[in-house]
Amino acid sequence: MKSILPLIIVIALAAGSIFLVNSVYTVNEVEQIIITEFGKPVGNPITEAGLKLKVPFIQEVNSIDKRILEWDGSPSDMPTKDKLYISVDLFARWRITDPLQYFLRLRDERSAQSRLDDILGSETRNAVAKHELIEIIRTTKDRVPLLDSLLTDEEKKLNMGSLMPITKGRLLVEQEIFQAASEKVLVFGIELLDIRFKRINYNESVRPKIYERMISERRQIAERFLSEGNGEAARIRGNRIRDLNKIQSEAYRQVEEIRGVADAKATEVYASAYNQNAQSRAFYEFTRTMQAYKSLVSNNTTLVLPMDSDLFKFLKGLPAETKAE
Amino acid sequence: MSDHQMEDMAQKGMDHFRSIIPPSESYKNLLYFAAILLLIIFGWTSYYTVPSDSVAVVQRFGKYLKEVPPGLHFKFPLGMDKATIVPTKRQLKQEFGFATLGAKDFHQFSSPRESEKEKQMVTGDLNAALVEWVVQYRISDPGKFLFEVREPSETLRYVSESVMREVVGDRTVDEVITIGRQEIESEALTKMQELSSKYNMGISIDQVQLKNINPPRPVQESFNEVNQAQQEKEKLINEARRDYNKVIPLAEGEKDQRIREADGYRLKRINEAEGDAARFKSLLAEYTKAPEVTARRIYIETMEEVMPSLKSKIIMDGSSNGILPLLNLDTQKNGAQK
Repeated sequence: MKSILPLIIVIALAAGSIFLVNSVYTVNEVEQIIITEFGKPVGNPITEAGLKLKVPFIQEVNSIDKRILEWDGSPSDMPTKDKLYISVDLFARWRITDPLQYFLRLRDERSAQSRLDDILGSETRNAVAKHELIEIIRTTKDRVPLLDSLLTDEEKKLNMGSLMPITKGRLLVEQEIFQAASEKVLVFGIELLDIRFKRINYNESVRPKIYERMISERRQIAERFLSEGNGEAARIRGNRIRDLNKIQSEAYRQVEEIRGVADAKATEVYASAYNQNAQSRAFYEFTRTMQAYKSLVSNNTTLVLPMDSDLFKFLKGLPAETKAE
Repeated sequence: MSDHQMEDMAQKGMDHFRSIIPPSESYKNLLYFAAILLLIIFGWTSYYTVPSDSVAVVQRFGKYLKEVPPGLHFKFPLGMDKATIVPTKRQLKQEFGFATLGAKDFHQFSSPRESEKEKQMVTGDLNAALVEWVVQYRISDPGKFLFEVREPSETLRYVSESVMREVVGDRTVDEVITIGRQEIESEALTKMQELSSKYNMGISIDQVQLKNINPPRPVQESFNEVNQAQQEKEKLINEARRDYNKVIPLAEGEKDQRIREADGYRLKRINEAEGDAARFKSLLAEYTKAPEVTARRIYIETMEEVMPSLKSKIIMDGSSNGILPLLNLDTQKNGAQK
């Protein structure tokens, strides 16, 4: 009898500790607990953290997260109102506000996530199909973009470097999805906190077209630069010819003016000297003629002179007056 | 089943038990051993150290107990107390669109496939751009960080991507790629800060830095073309300016030269005229005193000067008029020379 006593003690201890372990449980800060008896929830959910008691073996502990949870949708392709295929990736934040409801309807988070997939997925499709792409891309209605100094007025007119106008914007579209979806998830004991577009991208099939457009836009700018360069160069070359002609003709004009003034002045000086009276005029004519003879008569000249010219008249003899003397 | 039978069975069990485990001496040793082992486990699980860049959040039976500064600390053993170390002073970062090698924090980057998708964005003029950026953040409230949101770091990644797309979506491709970088950084920062405080993640965002921003690869070349065209434009203009500069200043100089020369002509002309006039006037003054003689003198002097250089002179008598006597002039001349 004595020999089996330790065995009994060991068994009792083991049973006791199993009993004890099964009748206490801890509640973490991040969870809330629903106690079930044979699968049926009992009492209110336990939301306060700490060490708790329960009926062993009969009651079971079901942990439900108390934190804000994330939902990350998988990217899916959908058309916008303007028939552009885009790939949209959303994320949402939600929390379990009615754990009992949640537990009854969904049991675990995996099914909750898949419900959210369904609901948010379809609401997103609805919202995206109702809006043009730009409404989902842009947010601020009246934002005026910084303008690149490279762009000219012409290009600004063609809407380059400007933002496309929107009527709603991304935040409102997000809000629409949020409102539609948050009503639908309430029945699961879930509160949707917010949803946001994470990624919006062109679908692979659309991308080449977009790239082509971008390339053509850039090429256009590049061509403009080249022709601007050539145009400006031509302008400068034109300037060169113009300025050259201007300078040279101005020089000509001024030179002629100066010479004219000089000639006029000289003429005046000469005239005032020569044109004093009849005698001066005659004297000028005489002296100037004499002067001219010197250059007019060269050594090739044959001169025929009459005997009675002033110079040779004495060849015929002395004048009468001299004889008389 | 009688008591006797029970006893029998127990006896058999004990016998069996004894045959497995050693006799009572070593059984006692085993108990000691177990006790020591228990003590070691007690000791092992009742202390923890907090690194200097972190704090520890201690939970007792799952309930938040306290926040503990760096150093060596003790706690209830055997998992009754749980200490979670949160690096509050460490500057953490998340990279988007690229990954620095060797990062230990797996929230810092995403897989290459993902990061390729992370950087693709649509701009406000419906163009595409590839944007890479970094978010620097710290855990400012370890309590919130641990208990409010399930995946704060992952949520921060979502927030960051969402906000960056929102900001880029409001800008033109030129703004995104060239002129608006700083504005994007500051706007993204404020929006991320707003969201992270709204989301109660216990995270404070310090910086948003844009890294490479490129047009999509197929488009990059055409962006380069624009740059090249810009350079080409400058080159063309400079060359034309060079031609201009080669000619115009020279022409200006030549103009001045010609004007100066003309000026010289003017001075010369007037001076000469005045000289001539002065000379004439002086001469005239003398002439008027004795016109007849002076004129004759000048005439004769001139003739004296002119005549000798003549080739031949024919002096005709006034009575023999007509041309005939002149006809054989040449032969006479030739004969005379011979």
